[in-house]
Amino acid sequence: MKIAITSQGETLAAQAEERFGRCRWILIIDTETGNLVARDNEIQRDAVQGAGIQTAEKILREEVDCVVTGHCGPKAFRVLQAAGIKIYLGAEGTGEKVLKDFQEGKLKLAETSDVEGHWV
Amino acid sequence: MMNYPPLQIAIASGKGGTGKTTLAVNLAFALEVPVRLLDCDVEEPNAHLYFYAGLKESVPVSVQVPEIDFALCQFCGDCSRFCRFNALAVGKKTALVFKELCHNCGGCKLVCPHQAIREVPWVIGKKEIVSQDSVELIQGCLDIGRVQASPLIRIIRKEASKDKLTLIDCPPGTTCPMIAAVEGSDYALLVTEPTPFGLNDLKLAVETLRVLKIPFGIILNRSQGKDSIIHSYCREEGINILMEIPDRRQIAEACSRGELAFCQDEEIRSQLRELLPTIMMQINFSMVSPEGVRP
Amino acid sequence: MNIKELVIISGKGGTGKTSLTAALAKLSGHCVLADCDVDAADLHLVTSPQREKEEPFMAGWEAVIDSQKCVGCGICQNLCRYGAVLNSTQTDTKSTVKFVIEKAFCEGCGVCVWGCPAEAIELKSKLSGQWFQSRTPYGPMIHARLGIASENSGKLVSQVRFLAKEIAQAEQYDLIITDGPPGIGCPVIASITGASHLLVVTEPTLSGAHDLERVLKLAAHFQLSVSVCINKWDLNPEQTGLIENQALNHKAKLAGRIPYDPVFSEAQVKGISVSEMDSIPVKEAVDHIWSHLKSYL
Repeated sequence: MKIAITSQGETLAAQAEERFGRCRWILIIDTETGNLVARDNEIQRDAVQGAGIQTAEKILREEVDCVVTGHCGPKAFRVLQAAGIKIYLGAEGTGEKVLKDFQEGKLKLAETSDVEGHWV
Repeated sequence: MMNYPPLQIAIASGKGGTGKTTLAVNLAFALEVPVRLLDCDVEEPNAHLYFYAGLKESVPVSVQVPEIDFALCQFCGDCSRFCRFNALAVGKKTALVFKELCHNCGGCKLVCPHQAIREVPWVIGKKEIVSQDSVELIQGCLDIGRVQASPLIRIIRKEASKDKLTLIDCPPGTTCPMIAAVEGSDYALLVTEPTPFGLNDLKLAVETLRVLKIPFGIILNRSQGKDSIIHSYCREEGINILMEIPDRRQIAEACSRGELAFCQDEEIRSQLRELLPTIMMQINFSMVSPEGVRP
Repeated sequence: MNIKELVIISGKGGTGKTSLTAALAKLSGHCVLADCDVDAADLHLVTSPQREKEEPFMAGWEAVIDSQKCVGCGICQNLCRYGAVLNSTQTDTKSTVKFVIEKAFCEGCGVCVWGCPAEAIELKSKLSGQWFQSRTPYGPMIHARLGIASENSGKLVSQVRFLAKEIAQAEQYDLIITDGPPGIGCPVIASITGASHLLVVTEPTLSGAHDLERVLKLAAHFQLSVSVCINKWDLNPEQTGLIENQALNHKAKLAGRIPYDPVFSEAQVKGISVSEMDSIPVKEAVDHIWSHLKSYL
């Protein structure tokens, strides 16, 4: 299974990022091989609007099964959901901890977005 | 009865609550000639509150937004890469449009190699009309939760009359919606009040009108009758104060009851009627002065 | 630490929102101030701030035509839906009519760049304003100024709120008081989402009531805790009563009433908050509102 974690840094040692759209890095992890790829998402920090949409689109290209992040707004949620990607919310702490929490089933599968869009 | 050429006069201010709408409506009724009044403060249109007749005609207003034809879409993502407003998201088998982020530039349709995008109307608000005596009001009202104020203003702005005077009640501020409302006007009346907030926001509005090269004059509302910070600013900048409306509790009370407070006062009413000849003289003047030439 | 954010908005402009914000900051004695009315920022005029930091705010793009490369074909002018491509007043030696972009109308969509056969147009990132960090007697203040003809998308508003939260955390403030923009559009939405409590300042006029209705609907949409206060209430006691009923119908709390008093303008002239003026009725009214707000937060 492939999962995407929003992160403040390029490795699992870095803190996971709670904000979905404006996360600095996206970590793509293959849970079978343990392979990790870090995708730079800096460009979305300066987006006037729609950062969540574009971050979600970037994740679609990675063909992941699920996304793990802190919070997710309605537009990004729509993009991920339309592509059949599962969204887990409530990520806190380092990437390693988040990955462990996820594998132990401690994070909740989101049925809807949990925050309002920021309209920017 | 005197008639006026089909001039377009914008009533604007940097600060909200200075009496823009009150002035626009009172001026429209004081003139006693056919006037069209456009309420372009589409987030909070209030001019209609002075019309006892109530809003009559209501027409939905829409903008063009993209729609994807999935029979043709190859999910190449060119549209999404082009869109500077991040209004499209394309995956391997999905393509979504976020209408609320669209700026209606038409770029996605132009760049789509498969002609899979067409434009469809999307309702963002309504245009409402009411007439009373010699005044015909056309207002724009943005639907709650919509954010497309400027496109709606541009649509209402096109209703400016070709054969009679048009007054435009503008939204406050100096950003896109205010620009959309004042653009194309022959003259702007800036309504302010003699307070530091009023002065600070007036300066921003003056700067904006100078950028747009629209001639303007000042209406000083709630004037204390004495020399104020607005007077000294206008002296330094060489700006005309066309009229002063006194700060009286009776006026504030009449306004709060929704009455045409300025028209009730004979002196203010006659000053309102003198505004138009003054403005017309100023426009003629600025047409020959190099600073005032419109592009 | 749990940081509370009180956001003050008005729907209609000119109801005394900024004056009340400054007065509440004074009463709190210790808070971070955020001026989110970035289109017409006035809070700095009554909170005597000392500026500590000033940063440019870049947002969006604007098209620029290189007149050397422009061949005068006019394709950009036909493609632009915002009327931002104007005929230049200058012509070259062969009297070719060239084109220029009017910045005030350009939305930075890039359609002209795409259509230009001479590759004469490029998009540059746009300086859309500035933000400032200052120090008031009550604590730090984040404020900003949007450039003329910029789009108030809410990004600058979000930035101001983000910075205010950051400084509140760093300096251990448990309260942020935010002066919001008028209206119900993007900047207002960006100002109120996630607020601990929303105070709406209105006045007893038909337009005050009309705008309040729209703002309360917006607050309900975002499921915010909200209260209403009526400034200049004695100008029209009947309308005041109607507005208070209207607020209760929308499940908003009543934070209080402020009488019509010239000290609101006088305080501005002196550059201080209304609660520092010696008007007993206004002072009492503001104290009353503040004690209510503390229980709502």
